[in-house]
Amino acid sequence: MTAFLNQLPIGLSIGAVLMLIALGLTFTFGQMGVINMAHGEFIMAGAYTAFLLQDMVLALPAAFLVAGVMGLILERSAIRHFYGRPLDTLLLTWGVSLVLQQLARDLFGAPNVQVPAPAWLSGGVGILPYNRLFIMGLAVAGVVAVWLYLTRTGLGRRTQAVVQNRQLAATSGIDTGRVDMLTFFIGSGLAGVAGVALTLIGPVGPALGTYYIVDAFLVVVAGGLGQLRGAVLAALGLGLLNSYAEFWSDASLAKVIVLAAVIAFLQVRPQGLFVLRSRVLT
Amino acid sequence: MRISRPILSALLVMALAACGSDAETAASSNEIKVGLLHSLSGTMAISEVTVRDAELLAIEEINNAGGVLGKKMVPVVEDGASDWPTFAEKATKLVRQDKVAAVFGGWTSASRKAMLPVFERYKALLWYPVQYEGLESSPYIFYTGATTNQQIIPGLDYLKEQGKKRIFLVGSDYVFPRTANKIIKAYAAANGMEILGEEYTPLGHTEYSTLVNKVMQAKPDAVFNTLNGDSNVAFFKSLKSSGVTAESMPVLSVSIAEEEVTGIGVENIAGHPVAWNYYQTTETPANEAFVKAFKAKYGQNKVTSDPMQAGYNAVHLWAEAVKKAGTTEVEAVKKAAPGISLDRPEGKVTIDGDNQHMHKTARIGIIQPDGLIKQVWDSGEPIKPDPYLEGYPWAAGLAGQ
Repeated sequence: MTAFLNQLPIGLSIGAVLMLIALGLTFTFGQMGVINMAHGEFIMAGAYTAFLLQDMVLALPAAFLVAGVMGLILERSAIRHFYGRPLDTLLLTWGVSLVLQQLARDLFGAPNVQVPAPAWLSGGVGILPYNRLFIMGLAVAGVVAVWLYLTRTGLGRRTQAVVQNRQLAATSGIDTGRVDMLTFFIGSGLAGVAGVALTLIGPVGPALGTYYIVDAFLVVVAGGLGQLRGAVLAALGLGLLNSYAEFWSDASLAKVIVLAAVIAFLQVRPQGLFVLRSRVLT
Repeated sequence: MRISRPILSALLVMALAACGSDAETAASSNEIKVGLLHSLSGTMAISEVTVRDAELLAIEEINNAGGVLGKKMVPVVEDGASDWPTFAEKATKLVRQDKVAAVFGGWTSASRKAMLPVFERYKALLWYPVQYEGLESSPYIFYTGATTNQQIIPGLDYLKEQGKKRIFLVGSDYVFPRTANKIIKAYAAANGMEILGEEYTPLGHTEYSTLVNKVMQAKPDAVFNTLNGDSNVAFFKSLKSSGVTAESMPVLSVSIAEEEVTGIGVENIAGHPVAWNYYQTTETPANEAFVKAFKAKYGQNKVTSDPMQAGYNAVHLWAEAVKKAGTTEVEAVKKAAPGISLDRPEGKVTIDGDNQHMHKTARIGIIQPDGLIKQVWDSGEPIKPDPYLEGYPWAAGLAGQ
């Protein structure tokens, strides 16, 4: 019974990891509709930033900047020429992700590197270690920050305006190109922050991004494009489902169950948990 | 048809890449080409890149000493990309197109199983450098890593000696861990040990809190770990942050060597035991020279590990067999190889005539806070390889499964 109850916080903490890796994607994929396969490599860039700085607290803002700038460069140099062409963008960013993986391999070597967990994160409460609680805290902080940005700042409102109707936003005097830049910067930067957090629980190596990219897309798609509350609910739901499915079966089967559940769910609600009401998308 | 352009360009790139490798294949007669086929990308790259490095070092050493039969060895390096069909495809390419004299390669058993039919079909030689689950003996493969009776069974003997009777099995979900665990369960049944649970995770899995919860609820005396690749990092981080220590619940690993310790983080794994045939600290004259040469070539901060050493040995053993045979012709080399015995970094290694495995000394070590591994037990003398465990009554019937 204790094992069963333990799975509840474990599920929530898996959900927090999912939320964190998907948060940036709710921007680039959710808001802008860009299928960015290199999102995982921005997560990796964040993790390597933590490795270079060897300091968790410093690494969080630094990784945001590093990954954000990488995203900015990618958006300006390539992706903006492919807006409205999702298949081409997919291939392009997939190629970029391979290049970035190889770059990491050349810069840091193929073997994993070590990012020591800070001393204040050793120990824990019950089944949840402090590093898991830290990730949950970070996920909550990230969601709140994104929500405040989107609803309480001028820039955020402009972002939403562009998402809902690009032409109308442009005719209203919003510089949509700049909004795109900023949105991509923030989305990529958030991936970097997730990368720092992931050094606490997983390997730090060139292939890091590939382990999380599918899960990140799963959360955003199940939650509904551009829907922050949808992504939060989907992350928690998938986290809990994963936790209990693995508890009752095993890790391989749990992956199958989660994927099957998402596919079945999308049959019922093809646009995810929440649907953005917008004339552009219909 | 908007999709056609990217696909077309992808095809073009592939065609160009194929042309590139064609150009390299023109060989001159005073060279002997050998293939090195390891995962240089993907989840297994963490481990396999270093084996390739060790094999390149061996080739360099042989060339500096005058080569084989007066010819220089020329390595043709291919990337298996942690993808088993790619291994079969690249093995075919090395054998058919590059016409290499031998291939040194593979790490996971899945990659070996994928390559095996290629080497048997074209009657070419594969030297496989990693410990594995046994129950195999292909006439076209030389196995320079340990088979089960040289690693897993000594590891179980060690746990039994330490009084660890209740064991939990954790492994990656593919052929090596599943077969190894079958053997472990048969051993446990015959030796009064209890298996409390058996869990598998996909390769590349990084979320271990549920699994660690299951292990902690079962309260085993020890865990027998056959996870491979990056998963070990997440597993040991999860164990450490859940408060599991090497004293309270030692985790015996058979796929973690010096190279992996750095990536896992030594603070997460120090004190846990591992089973191998070689450690960087193994005291033999050949090892002193090997460690020195490896560090000189690849950097002073590099470490050497069992699979690297086995890959390094494979090249030297093959060269020795070629010298003895007087030709690189596969059947002649196969005939010359049995009985060849060399003093290697791990001690005396002899090629077995019955099954093309090696006679090797088993060693149990404890991971030290400096990241190296200190030997705490060894088998004293090289153990004869017994891939089908015919010398163990409790293992009867395993080979047929």
